Amino acid sequence: MHEQQQQQTQYEPKIVAFLCKWCSSAGSDLAGVSRIQYPANATPITVMCSGSVSPQYILSAFNKGADGVLVSGCHIGDCHYMEGNYYARRKLYMVSELLQFIGVEPERFRMSWVSAAEGTKYAKVVRDFVEDLRHLGPQDKLKAQRP
Amino acid sequence: MTKKRTGVFVCHCGSNIAATVDVAAVAAAMAGEESVVCARDYVYMCSDPGQNSVIQAIKDNQLDSVVVSCCSPNLHEKTFRENAKAAGLNDFTCEIANIREQCSWVHKDRAKATAKAIRISLSAVKRVSRNLALEPIGIGVTRRVLVVGGGIAGIQASLDLANSGFEVVLVEKNATIGGHMIQLSETFPTLDCSQCILSPKMVEITRHPKITLMTSSEVQEVTGYVGNFRAKILKKATYVDPDKCKICDDCAKVCPVVVPNQYDLGISARRAIYIPFAQAIPASYTLDESSCLGLNPVVCGKCKDVCEAGAIDYDMQSRTVTEEIGAIVVATGFDLYSQDHLGEYGHLENAVDGLQFERMCSASGPTKGKVLRPSDHKEPKDVVFIQCVGSRDPARHCSYCSKICCMYTAKHARLYKHHVPDGRAYVFYIDIRSGGKGYEEFVQRTMEDDETLYLRGRVSKIYEDNGKIRVYGNDTLSGQNVEIEADMVVLALAMQPSAGTAEIAKTLKIGRDKDGFLQEAHPKLRPVESVTAGIFLAGAAQGPKDIPETVSQASAAAAKVVTLLSQPRLIRSPTVARVRSRLCTGCEMCVDACPYDAIHLENGKAVVNDVLCEGCGTCSATCVRAAIEVKNATPLQIQEMIGAVLSL
Ligand SMILES: Cc1cc2nc3c(=O)[nH]c(=O)nc-3n(C[C@H](O)[C@H](O)[C@H](O)COP(=O)(O)OP(=O)(O)OC[C@H]3O[C@@H](n4cnc5c(N)ncnc54)[C@H](O)[C@@H]3O)c2cc1C
Repeated sequence: MHEQQQQQTQYEPKIVAFLCKWCSSAGSDLAGVSRIQYPANATPITVMCSGSVSPQYILSAFNKGADGVLVSGCHIGDCHYMEGNYYARRKLYMVSELLQFIGVEPERFRMSWVSAAEGTKYAKVVRDFVEDLRHLGPQDKLKAQRP
Repeated sequence: MTKKRTGVFVCHCGSNIAATVDVAAVAAAMAGEESVVCARDYVYMCSDPGQNSVIQAIKDNQLDSVVVSCCSPNLHEKTFRENAKAAGLNDFTCEIANIREQCSWVHKDRAKATAKAIRISLSAVKRVSRNLALEPIGIGVTRRVLVVGGGIAGIQASLDLANSGFEVVLVEKNATIGGHMIQLSETFPTLDCSQCILSPKMVEITRHPKITLMTSSEVQEVTGYVGNFRAKILKKATYVDPDKCKICDDCAKVCPVVVPNQYDLGISARRAIYIPFAQAIPASYTLDESSCLGLNPVVCGKCKDVCEAGAIDYDMQSRTVTEEIGAIVVATGFDLYSQDHLGEYGHLENAVDGLQFERMCSASGPTKGKVLRPSDHKEPKDVVFIQCVGSRDPARHCSYCSKICCMYTAKHARLYKHHVPDGRAYVFYIDIRSGGKGYEEFVQRTMEDDETLYLRGRVSKIYEDNGKIRVYGNDTLSGQNVEIEADMVVLALAMQPSAGTAEIAKTLKIGRDKDGFLQEAHPKLRPVESVTAGIFLAGAAQGPKDIPETVSQASAAAAKVVTLLSQPRLIRSPTVARVRSRLCTGCEMCVDACPYDAIHLENGKAVVNDVLCEGCGTCSATCVRAAIEVKNATPLQIQEMIGAVLSL
């Protein structure tokens, strides 16, 4: 019991967070400016638009050892590039279906819409995600086995 | 690929980064990377010595690329790219790793924050190692400006721009310009008459050779990009030709329809054919289609019969006009918070809102400047003014302070006392916020010279009782409960973004803040720009503000437009998509996905128009063969960044 508990506290989920430059990255900047604290598990990669996140990036992140992947863009209808996030939603919906099909828990992949004004929301998205991943434990279904 | 020579510069930002992130450890970790030939940390990288050290290090170490681990790229990407340029590199060989806003400021655990800062920095190192040296794309500029909204903000911006020699198209959705300011009676802090100071500017708008005024019009669609926008504007039929109308009032005299006049907020009535107020601009009657009996001489046609000027045309059609412009100023203003949300406060017969009270006080208003309560048109002797109605109440209404109500309530109390010297004025307030030149003195005069009783506290109960309004509250300064039998109540309702702000923001692709106001690009450093290049903000549409502040912002927005449009050519980011023709099969998936119509096929292969491309990358994520990619954000780069992010 004790050992298990220890293991759980030691496990730090690794999250790759694809943030669009205009909304979500700006929102996460706002969280910073407002000093809203959240866990350090999600490392951001800022992209121009959530619509530019290829399904390959997500699979490759899992393959390279991510326990969770977040894609966050502008709210639907508010995309800086007019409709990029619609493309993102469609494509990424397919990815989550695929992940389920191959046995990866759907909770490991998350999409969120965080505007430049929603620092608090970004912090919460990360906090919740980390919490959920802690329960799930490490992801090894897609992780490349290194010899 | 020849071996890269990257330099990494880690900023302490005083203690902003260094307190949480072990900056020396970040530099040391980067020094261990194969492509990194120099890595160091410094207390303020953006200071003069900091920047000089970057330039010097590039020269000393023959660096070909640079990563600065510091604050958000929004702040200093430009600074350090300039440094790279000064040292002889291409701007695009410099990348920022944001380890402040996205790391040190949001974490406390030093070890974890340091590890994350290393991951972020490493991903920037990976990215920069494959960046191409790019030259900015130069484009032509259309030297015309679209101003949306004809309140004082839009009027001021239009005049400043036109006087700087630029052509302006001013679009106003109502039948007249003037906005809310033209409804006001006198204005704080000097109590000068609002119409007297605004009317000359309104007239100037119609007289100015560089300004095209379009009233009863709405912007329907905007395409293009900074310097080269194209706007479709719907000009609604008003059924009266403003050039012919002699504003003789003959038409309104015979019109059988009577409806409330919105300009007087329903206190007065107007006909279906009307002029909003005597000084309206354009100086013309307008026919309100929704209340007219039928735009049909068979049904009524009285107005057309009496119009000697022949200005009335029932067959007038709405039409869409396309305008080419280089920049846009959005000045769509505010509305008052609706009384529908107020529960017991809402819609009491003798409770008027601030604007209705302004109309009553106005000499040209429906009561000819007499304060009369709505129910019986008697002069009220006890008037309660309630501040913060709908403001500063996150649980039920707006969480923000509407900023102007303390001042206009003080003004209202004074105007009331000037009109009804034997009347009693009471003000319920939470705090008095009177920052501004002459503002505090103005409030003091309201209390002392005009003997207004200020009660600190929220109103707890309010209801109509026998022709009176009973107002209960608690004066938190004296600890006493107060009960006032009022003849009339004036509500200082919260200021909200005007109806339609969401739609116009969508049309223009600019953001809104959590309260729905238009979002500025940076709250301190770029307060009049939207996040979209070439679109600027002015007035109450961006947040509650009074006239002096609105005018300042409008002039600032105009100055920003002048700066932009005075450039001979504009520079566009060269991080656009490019096609790897060898891999392209001409499937057209990217052509369909591109939101800008920037891709077409030539000889069976996709070709990108660099001027139209915005670099969003939707095409790249759509292509199954990785045949199209955005320069400096290629799939290969992102893949290596993912690897870096997961490396520890
Ligand atoms: C009761 C009251 C009293 C006040 N008293 C004072 C005072 O004494 N002193 C002072 O300094 N300030 C005072 N103010 C504040 C003042 O009214 C504002 O600062 C000022 O009106 C803001 O100007 P604006 O042009 O930004 O917005 P507005 O006046 O709201 O004008 C916006 C204009 O844009 C138009 N519009 C909106 N949407 C569109 C669209 N989609 N397309 C085209 N047109 C559009 C509207 O029809 C309107 O004409 C008072 C405000 C109130 C409510």
